Amino acid sequence: MSIDLKTVKHISKLSRISLDEEKAKKLETDLNSIFKWIEQLNELKTENIEPLSSIAETKLRLRKDEIKSKNIREEILKNSPDENKDFFVVPKVVE
Amino acid sequence: MSNIIDLSLSELVSNIKSKKISSNEATLAYVERSKKSKNLNAYNEETFDAALKKANEFDSKPDFNKKLPGVPIAVKDLFCTKNIKTTASSKILNNFIPTYESTVTQNLWNDGSILLGKLNCDEFAMGSSNETSYFGNVISPIDKDLVPGGSSGGSASALAAKLTPATIGTDTGGSIRQPASFTGTVGLKPTYGSCSRYGIVAFASSLDQAGPMTRNVKDSALLLEVMSSFDNKDSTSVDFKRPMYSKELSKDIKGKKIGIPKEYRVEGMSEEIEKLWEDGKKYLKDCGAEIIDVSLPHTKFALPTYYIVAPAEASSNLARYDGVKYGFRTEGNNLIDMYEKTRSEGFGDEVKRRIMIGTYVLSSGYYDAYYLKAQKVRRLIKNDFSNVFQKVDAILTPSTPSSAFKIGEKSNDPVSMYLNDIFTVPVNLAGLPGISIPAGLDKKGYPLGLQIIGKSFDEQNILNIAYSMEDKINFKFNLKEWWMND
Repeated sequence: MSIDLKTVKHISKLSRISLDEEKAKKLETDLNSIFKWIEQLNELKTENIEPLSSIAETKLRLRKDEIKSKNIREEILKNSPDENKDFFVVPKVVE
Repeated sequence: MSNIIDLSLSELVSNIKSKKISSNEATLAYVERSKKSKNLNAYNEETFDAALKKANEFDSKPDFNKKLPGVPIAVKDLFCTKNIKTTASSKILNNFIPTYESTVTQNLWNDGSILLGKLNCDEFAMGSSNETSYFGNVISPIDKDLVPGGSSGGSASALAAKLTPATIGTDTGGSIRQPASFTGTVGLKPTYGSCSRYGIVAFASSLDQAGPMTRNVKDSALLLEVMSSFDNKDSTSVDFKRPMYSKELSKDIKGKKIGIPKEYRVEGMSEEIEKLWEDGKKYLKDCGAEIIDVSLPHTKFALPTYYIVAPAEASSNLARYDGVKYGFRTEGNNLIDMYEKTRSEGFGDEVKRRIMIGTYVLSSGYYDAYYLKAQKVRRLIKNDFSNVFQKVDAILTPSTPSSAFKIGEKSNDPVSMYLNDIFTVPVNLAGLPGISIPAGLDKKGYPLGLQIIGKSFDEQNILNIAYSMEDKINFKFNLKEWWMND
């Protein structure tokens, strides 16, 4: 299965990474060579194998739902890329 | 007495404890050497003044019961350090100053250690040569044309060049063991769940583990003892009784059964690596261990599996870098435009490539064919190890298929770069501990490493095996200080 330029542009949309034509073409080449190599997994029959999503395979621990950090508003906003220090500011989304 | 910088971590600790060396003297020695070693590009951020201040504070009120009393140490720039810039070597985090500390680094400071600075690495730990860093590639002290390996390349370079007595890295597919192998140092990836992932910039959460990088095995045991802890802030941290690795270190490995997996004898493997492996077996026999041929039949599928699982997790983890709450931002015409421009300008090419792979394998219509398939093969790989560990106590393999390569040699061919991790990746997929120790030189005079893989949470065993082999190998590398400036 090969990945065409249209698919590369679709993935770039999904990834929220803008690409110019040149980069998209380069990625088309790279991704095709990577996926050609990945395709060898199809040699394996895996119908009855249980997928492994985590090595730990234990139940996640439960904890009390309680507040542990207080008054950290300033800390949280400290690295905001916008000058405004009271809120996170984004371009207007509602007209 | 020999130079401070020539002492191992354990030796430095005992010299500080016996008051032969002060924390200030040790810190100053490393600060001065680091300042003369800028050519290596090992540091992203230097905290030398703060380190010297802390060293003086330690000396005025020393606590010699700590395991790393007043010991200066530089760490990979993937660990969040409170009020100290943490970038993961990415433009997108170039202005990020964490307001919290990673658990692993906090453990170091709690045990008396002092931060020297943050070390360069591949961007978001994605790379095998430290060439993907936004701050430029790191140079290996072994030779000026050589990569130090990656992704913990700055850590390996700084350690091998003696800019720090020991360091810590992270290992998702070999990022501690491969650079250790390339630079003639010892690198240990602990069992998944041993060291907390809290405060480490996430790459692939089901694979990431922090671990020690040191000059010898004893130091590795000591540093692991400090780093490893149960942590409520990491949902996959495992609560088990952690041994005193350095105290229980022993050279008695008589009767231990060591597996040699035939699938690691890969096509085109060089004679040098073959010989290294044979020598390793001989050393183990000399120590009284028993060598057993074993089979890990799904080995060749580990890398393609990894290149589905790791990018899938990365694409999800890196979705948080959107220019809204922290990090770099490029303004756009609207919200989506801002996201797309921020991420396009903020991420480097390798990171974008992996986000794209991950997004593709998780996207509608491809999930079953790629991601689910990879998770199933991951199970087979894990089962391979479980089967073999019914018969043996540990496994011996080469750490890498070759010695360090030249800067630029593999940067245009992603697959050939990925193949570097062929011997290290299966260990991450199965969550096992693995240690790389320097074991010889190739004909160019570059270091080569051997890897010992253990059962889950059996770090003590692989440390003991490594400790015994280290003695027999008696690795020597004549470090020429070509990179130093006056």
